[in-house]
Amino acid sequence: MQMNDKEWKPKIIAFCCNWCSYSGADLAGTNRLSYPAEVKIIRVPCSCRVNPMFILRAFQQGADGVILCGCHPGDCHYSTGNYHTRRRMTLLFSMLNYLGVESARTRVEWVSAAEGARFVSVMDGFVADITRLGPNRRLEDLRCKTN
Amino acid sequence: MQNELKWRGLELLKNGTIDRILGWRAGQFVYDITPDVFTDPEDLEKNFVYNEFCGANLSKYLIAESAKEGKVAVFLKPCDTYSFNQLCTEHRIHRENVYVIGIECYGKVSVDALRQRGIDGITGIRSEMGSLKIDTIYGEESVPAMEVYAERCRNCKSKKHVVFDELIGADGEVVDDCDRFDMVEKLEQMSAQERFEFWRGELSRCIRCNACRNVCPACSCEKCVFDNPKSGVLNKAAADSFEENMFHIIRAYHVAGRCTDCGECSRVCPEHIPLHLLNRKFIKDYNELYGDFVAGESVGQMSPVADFTTDRDAEPSVVQKGGDQ
Repeated sequence: MQMNDKEWKPKIIAFCCNWCSYSGADLAGTNRLSYPAEVKIIRVPCSCRVNPMFILRAFQQGADGVILCGCHPGDCHYSTGNYHTRRRMTLLFSMLNYLGVESARTRVEWVSAAEGARFVSVMDGFVADITRLGPNRRLEDLRCKTN
Repeated sequence: MQNELKWRGLELLKNGTIDRILGWRAGQFVYDITPDVFTDPEDLEKNFVYNEFCGANLSKYLIAESAKEGKVAVFLKPCDTYSFNQLCTEHRIHRENVYVIGIECYGKVSVDALRQRGIDGITGIRSEMGSLKIDTIYGEESVPAMEVYAERCRNCKSKKHVVFDELIGADGEVVDDCDRFDMVEKLEQMSAQERFEFWRGELSRCIRCNACRNVCPACSCEKCVFDNPKSGVLNKAAADSFEENMFHIIRAYHVAGRCTDCGECSRVCPEHIPLHLLNRKFIKDYNELYGDFVAGESVGQMSPVADFTTDRDAEPSVVQKGGDQ
């Protein structure tokens, strides 16, 4: 695979919960704050809608990092969804780390609807981390690589 | 032991306490034993077998058997009783249709371990004071039992029956100082690159035979996620390393919090992939993060994976062990 490191830009999938983080991203937009274009947002009804398979599938389809954003613990629109997310993702990320997938490639952040600026700083930080790590090679599907 | 089990089974069948009995049927070779249901006393007398090769966990077969009419008796070793309780918790077994006969167990032999020591042509096996006497077509061999036991038996976690209606032999105790997490810890200490290489070496041998899924007592969904043509992992042969990883991560994840660490997955794997290391990682993690939990210890327990707390809890991003690169 021929790829110039200077040209390489990470592909990042952000799963955002409809009630907090997606609105947070929206607020960032209305405030004219810019976050990196490498981040592709997928809106989910609640962070606990994210099946562990979604995370793996994102990596399969060529993501270099996956970030999951939900309401702060205690603020879930469905009362308890993000508590479940917290446990599930803790175990999943630990397992991915155990299989050698760098733990910096996966992250869960709590972003509320009022935290537009925080959404931007979280995404900036995550994109910088993934750019430093380079392309995802340990959980990739070669058939899904386009270049 | 075999005769004791057989006579008790015959007695129960003849006096009408039970209608059928779930046990082990002799195969062509002494190590080639199949779990089976016996309804005919004559058949039981002739073909029932119990020896050091009877490693199969019979609890999963009760999902189908206990749903039928009549009462079924089953022989359960201590580790199998945990699976039984877990299946009762999940309402998969009709407890009222099952008569559990707990049986004493000191460990089961892995035939591959014997073969690795050059012992072949096995015609018989018996244990004598911590060592095994193995009859082969070339003569008798004697090996220390601990060296040829299956991995799960060398690191046995419990010799206590957590459920039984009747017990044959003695009841043991939970083994507190077992070393079952040693290998997991060793892996955690490695760098991410080393871990990646270790798992690639192991998982790349996977032939997707699905034996680990089919034998697992925790893995008992009637419609499995992997039977979905859109799962991306339906192929018999994995087309890419991703598929192997995905299958094994999800398989282990689906049984997290319900896995009793019975070790059946590793026993049946034709490629000898240490699948129990994935399950044990989850067990070790939730024990460390959410407090000790033993799946199947009692009926009706809430697993920490399905449960949650509104108090402070481990945050997903803080879980980092070993090197990162």
